[in-house]
Amino acid sequence: MTEPVLDVRGVSKRFPGVLALDDVSLTVAPGEVHALVGENGAGKSTLIKILTGVYRPDAGQVHYLGQPVGFGRPLDAQAAGISTIYQEVNLVPLMSVARNLFLGREPRGRFGLIDTARMNREAGEVLARFGITVDPRLPLHSLGLGAQQMVALARAVAVDAKVVIMDEPTSSLEPREVETLFRVVRELSGRGIAIIYVSHRLDELYQLCDRVTVLRDGRRVHTGELAQLDRLSLISLMLGRDVADVRRHGLTGFSAHDAGDVEPILRVRDLTVRHQLHGVSFDVRPGEVTGLGGLLGSGRSETAKAVVGALGADGGTVDMAGRRLKRRTPAGAIRAGMAMLPEDRKAEGIIPGLSVRENIVLAALPRLSRFGVVSRARQDRVVETFMKRLRIKAASPEQKVSELSGGNQQKVLLARWLCLNPRLLLLDEPTRGIDVGAKAEVQALIDELAAEGLAVVLISSDLEELVEGADRIVVLRAGAVVGELSGDDVTEDNIMAALAQEAAHD
Amino acid sequence: MSQILTTPAAPAHPAPVERELRRERLAGLAQRHGAPAVLVLAVLVASVLFPAFPTAENANGIAIQSSFLAIVALGMTFVIITGGIDLSVGSVFALGGVLAAYASQWGPVPALLLPLAVCGAIGLLQGLLIAKTGMAPFIVTLAGLLGARGLLLAVTDEGSTTYLVPKDSAFLEFGQGTFLGIGYPVYLAVLLFVLGAVLLQRTRYGQAVFAVGGSPDAAALMGLPVARIRVLTYLLSGLLAGFAGVLNASRLSSGVTILGVGMELDAIAAVVIGGTLLVGGAGSISGTLCGVLLLGVIQNVINQIGTLNSSYQSVVSGLFLILVVVVQTFLGRRRRRPR
Amino acid sequence: MTDTTAVPAASVDRARLARWAQDYGVYAAVAALVLFNIAFTDNFLQTATLRTQLVQVAPVVIAALGMAMVIGSEGVDLSVGSVMALAAAVLPLYIGYGFWPAVLVALLVGALVGVVNGTLVAVVGLQPIVATLALLVGGRGLALVFADGQLKGITNPTLLELGTGELLGVPYTVLIAGVLALVIGFVVRGTVYGRQLVAVGGNRAASALAGLPVKRVLIGTYALCAVLAALAGVLATARLGASDPSAIGNLMELSAITAVVVGGTPLSGGSIRVLGTVAGALLMQLVRAMLINHDLPDSSAQMIQAAIILAAVYIARERRTR
Repeated sequence: MTEPVLDVRGVSKRFPGVLALDDVSLTVAPGEVHALVGENGAGKSTLIKILTGVYRPDAGQVHYLGQPVGFGRPLDAQAAGISTIYQEVNLVPLMSVARNLFLGREPRGRFGLIDTARMNREAGEVLARFGITVDPRLPLHSLGLGAQQMVALARAVAVDAKVVIMDEPTSSLEPREVETLFRVVRELSGRGIAIIYVSHRLDELYQLCDRVTVLRDGRRVHTGELAQLDRLSLISLMLGRDVADVRRHGLTGFSAHDAGDVEPILRVRDLTVRHQLHGVSFDVRPGEVTGLGGLLGSGRSETAKAVVGALGADGGTVDMAGRRLKRRTPAGAIRAGMAMLPEDRKAEGIIPGLSVRENIVLAALPRLSRFGVVSRARQDRVVETFMKRLRIKAASPEQKVSELSGGNQQKVLLARWLCLNPRLLLLDEPTRGIDVGAKAEVQALIDELAAEGLAVVLISSDLEELVEGADRIVVLRAGAVVGELSGDDVTEDNIMAALAQEAAHD
Repeated sequence: MSQILTTPAAPAHPAPVERELRRERLAGLAQRHGAPAVLVLAVLVASVLFPAFPTAENANGIAIQSSFLAIVALGMTFVIITGGIDLSVGSVFALGGVLAAYASQWGPVPALLLPLAVCGAIGLLQGLLIAKTGMAPFIVTLAGLLGARGLLLAVTDEGSTTYLVPKDSAFLEFGQGTFLGIGYPVYLAVLLFVLGAVLLQRTRYGQAVFAVGGSPDAAALMGLPVARIRVLTYLLSGLLAGFAGVLNASRLSSGVTILGVGMELDAIAAVVIGGTLLVGGAGSISGTLCGVLLLGVIQNVINQIGTLNSSYQSVVSGLFLILVVVVQTFLGRRRRRPR
Repeated sequence: MTDTTAVPAASVDRARLARWAQDYGVYAAVAALVLFNIAFTDNFLQTATLRTQLVQVAPVVIAALGMAMVIGSEGVDLSVGSVMALAAAVLPLYIGYGFWPAVLVALLVGALVGVVNGTLVAVVGLQPIVATLALLVGGRGLALVFADGQLKGITNPTLLELGTGELLGVPYTVLIAGVLALVIGFVVRGTVYGRQLVAVGGNRAASALAGLPVKRVLIGTYALCAVLAALAGVLATARLGASDPSAIGNLMELSAITAVVVGGTPLSGGSIRVLGTVAGALLMQLVRAMLINHDLPDSSAQMIQAAIILAAVYIARERRTR
């Protein structure tokens, strides 16, 4: 193999409470397309941030072009030739394509003024080399996302990049745009530019990448030729499950429920959200935990959000307890008896400045008040009940919720929903980022709630949790249902098999 | 038995895309040509209705009246394109005038330099506070509004002294001189607008102004000195507001202390009516010029009607402002939420 | 397993100081100023002096109460001064029908403006500064159009009594401001609406997901703020004995925002300090009174006011955790 352009040696990075990267190494040769994969929390983004100068490693060394380097800011990494293409295009949408391409290094002519004609001409030439023919004077936002992505790529390469890091570049592209992007990536690699390609779309990885590095829980678990690794093995490496491993019982606090032939309480049909969901259908029965499985980016959270109306759907129907929800809004979903625990606890869950008590009663306030005046006594009763039942550990109900640990914040949010007496509970990653003790408690609680007759939808990246917790699993891939497992078929192997199928169209 | 389904690829959605494209084009059209179109329309209607309107004398009057606001609005355009706002310009304008009149006793050069130095310093200070501490521009410049007015009062014995420009001072030429029957302030305003347009469109600083307002995060990632751009922009706004004050003092032969109250609102209205987005990232110098002239024409028409209260002008500009911003929001909704 | 998140030890002192300044700074400053004035200002403790101070500050307090709620919702209302002028302008037009109809119409006009502001913010999605700027520009113009640009004397005895009369030695205006402070304090702390308002200001996305009526809360808040501003306009008119739309409420948005910010309510929303706002208004009033009493001119007063605003915002900035 040729001399590597980028050589990461034993890098570790610790954040308060977590070891985000533990002795990770990675080498990338010129012209290589290197896949970097892993589930949430695997350490991919931390590694990228170290490569681009956002973070500094606690231990280990990054060698670039044979020299040890330590970039202080993203700008230094860029100047040295390591460019990053982000999932969200990081350009200025309102400015023209050419101006975006040349921002900060515009060609100047007489009196030091920008030579607009030359800039537009050169921009056109650069873009043509990338196979896109657009008028470079058009504002960037008038281009499709694929073309925007291409402009970002052109900009990255134009600053003499030797390494281009692409973080989920295709997540909002149309299939045709993906094709063009791939062609460009291959051309760049042909010119000797090394590419680190981060994606959850297995089909893409197999089409594009030479080698793969799999990260899990901050450690490197595999590096090798991608062609020698079949899909099932790759997924099992990402998820940390052995293919041949026998299903183990009793590791989590779950037990099985038999909903039998109970009439579904929730019927979702053909739920469609542009770019994200393509006709998702499934049923949920009371007394049963229905799991939504799939890799990151498969549309699990989007499904839950679209069901409760937090994400505007372009089509499809949702029937709750036999009644169709017409204009879907979160408030309407709550009235219909649904409750959704969002994935992003900080951004969409807690109100940081308010107390534990107020966060718990937030949604139930109208029910705990008379003539619009809140009743403190009723609140205290509810809060006390749920703090006890969920074992929420706080100095007092008046403590600010932002001062609690993640697990206790999650319990506060669960309490917020449970005090509404919902009939259907959608839980998006209820145990992510919380400690082991709280995790088992939350899992036991989910079990208990289902046993009491509640219908539960469980979304989890933790395959073990999903298999142990769910009585039935709907498997999603790329925004579509690719399989449904129930009874004895609910196994990690079956889920992975469903995820590993070749996509029919690509 | 586990059932494995395969789903065909996503159906395309041609209809919404078409609609978005059309809306997109409309937004572009409205933004680029809305203000000139309305200006032309207003001039035509006024010319038909009021015989006294389409005369050279009246046009000259509108031009010279508008030139001071135009210079202030020029600086405001830069500030608003960076996504900020400068509420201090009215006070700074008045302060510039008073300082110019005060310094004119030593000749025309101090009369120009003293106000520019002080007003530039105020702009610089505001820019530093905004860029380095992350305080909201509206609150910093609100304090600037108070502070500059306070400084003005301190200079003028609590507003009781009106400094007069010496009658024989060459400084008076600035605001009162004419060339081909048109006042110098008009030429100066036009010159500044040409320079401003070049600065905005043809320099790296100008490009950075757009980038900082359009997407500060992306601008920083692309290596632009975001803080320095912000500081420079508020400095520019302070300088231009001060210079407009200088010109006005020369025209009035004195430093009138009560000028400029509410001028920031007129300037903002002119900029926004001219198609510059109040959220930043897009705008044009020519649009601002149209906005200023439109306000001038409206004021003139209200005066022509004679029976109308002059306060109608602010009602009309308020209405225009809301109309423009609401239309911008509806047309440009897709752009601000790219996904 | 930890129950509370750890705070880096080095920044504890600084953080604690900043928090103390945010929470109690304004009360300490008011107390210090009162003590200073008792010691060094002649006649400060005389009823007449105190009354003048309180009567002057009452409209600011009322407008600032509304502003505090809007700022708590993560917004700002620049139109309060213009709303005061509008209220003052419509009073003489309807005073012929009697005291109550005129005042009701004035408050209704305020409510209307507030609903427009709130709709622009909550439904159209404009930035609060932008949405309320248009009414700042147009509102006063409209008021002057209503009033035909003239100052109009008030002859209605009830209205004049409202401005000058008193109950048990306390002027009506001060009484009303005090009662309103209590009422708003209760609304914010003890009603469903108040708690929802704070939640919406603290995390709008989470509030929407929790099923809160976000739009209704926002529109209601801007309406309430404008009604309070209109009331401040009515009281200011009553005290003046004349409707003067060109002067009433000038720069009131500035005074109100200052009172709220100095009172420790963060501009980033999610917290409303009613008592702090009252104290903030009192503080600015005391500063001005003290400067005037000690023959410091108005110019210094304005510059000091500007410095206090900047200092308050700078301190409040520390609260944001970003």
